[in-house]
Amino acid sequence: MPAVHDRGGWPTDEPIDREEHEWADWERQTQSLRTVLDSRGIMNVDELRRGIESIEPAEYEASTYFERWSASIETNLVEKGVLTTEEIDERAKGLRDQWGYPE
Amino acid sequence: MSDNKDHGGFFDTGWRPSGDVHRDEDGRPHEHPGLQEDVGLGVRASRALAMHELLVEKGVLGENEVEEAIEAWSERVPSNGATLVAKAWADPEFKKRLLEHPKETVIESGFVPEHNADVIVLENTEDVQHMVVCTLCSCYPTALLGPPPDWYKSFSYRSRAVTEPRKVMSEFGLELEEETEVRVVDSNSELRFLVIPRRPEGTEGWSVEQLADLVNRNSMIGVAAATEPGTD
Repeated sequence: MPAVHDRGGWPTDEPIDREEHEWADWERQTQSLRTVLDSRGIMNVDELRRGIESIEPAEYEASTYFERWSASIETNLVEKGVLTTEEIDERAKGLRDQWGYPE
Repeated sequence: MSDNKDHGGFFDTGWRPSGDVHRDEDGRPHEHPGLQEDVGLGVRASRALAMHELLVEKGVLGENEVEEAIEAWSERVPSNGATLVAKAWADPEFKKRLLEHPKETVIESGFVPEHNADVIVLENTEDVQHMVVCTLCSCYPTALLGPPPDWYKSFSYRSRAVTEPRKVMSEFGLELEEETEVRVVDSNSELRFLVIPRRPEGTEGWSVEQLADLVNRNSMIGVAAATEPGTD
């Protein structure tokens, strides 16, 4: 079996859904956070890709596009010692307490 | 902005910085960084927002740096690619140069290829139809077409584009002649493709501006034909 991200030719006859979802602010922010981290020389597009491709297959398939970006940016920033998992945990919990949890 | 429909609402709503919490009279926050007020923040959404806040607080990033990068995305729209295609249709010399020296021509035309990726321009003809995919993820000529549409990033497109491209094109409304050869090209982080669709008949003598209106986004990915005159 190819790796989970390597989708070319995977057996499926699922029709292509051409509906566009409405972008959430956090998705726009995540897209541009990556751009800025790249222009700052902190993380390039290949590191983003490597981070995405190292997501556990089950999570990869269950995640939305920018959820995978979020996971990869975190992997890279923690590996590089820019941020720690603990401080992201704490801040993310605070944000969810403030903005609510999905049902 | 007429290009909004090509972005899935990317620019439909105002950007609200995550740290800028507005409160109503009861002190409750009423701006929301997630999709809707009643949806809440998913795990990865909250962690992305957390990382941004922490990076700004630590001085790794400037306070408005990400917001400015978001603004810059408004310059990356499918009409960029459409202008190049329309000029290529109207001017054989320009088309020759665009096909032979694509990256230089894109830059000379005022566009900046995303992270300096290489660009290849492919011409669709009666004999050959090129269709673009990124089987591994979502690589796409964003400087020329804007952010990729959801379907381009979907598992079904990434899987099926390489095994049954004619059927995929058919779902997008394009029925090819049997004799037409199909070439599917797979993008990567260092190389992006722009397709010049076939010029619709009955457009002789049209201006570049008039022609550009016929160059829809999907035709520049190669999954659809250019818009027929009078059908837009």
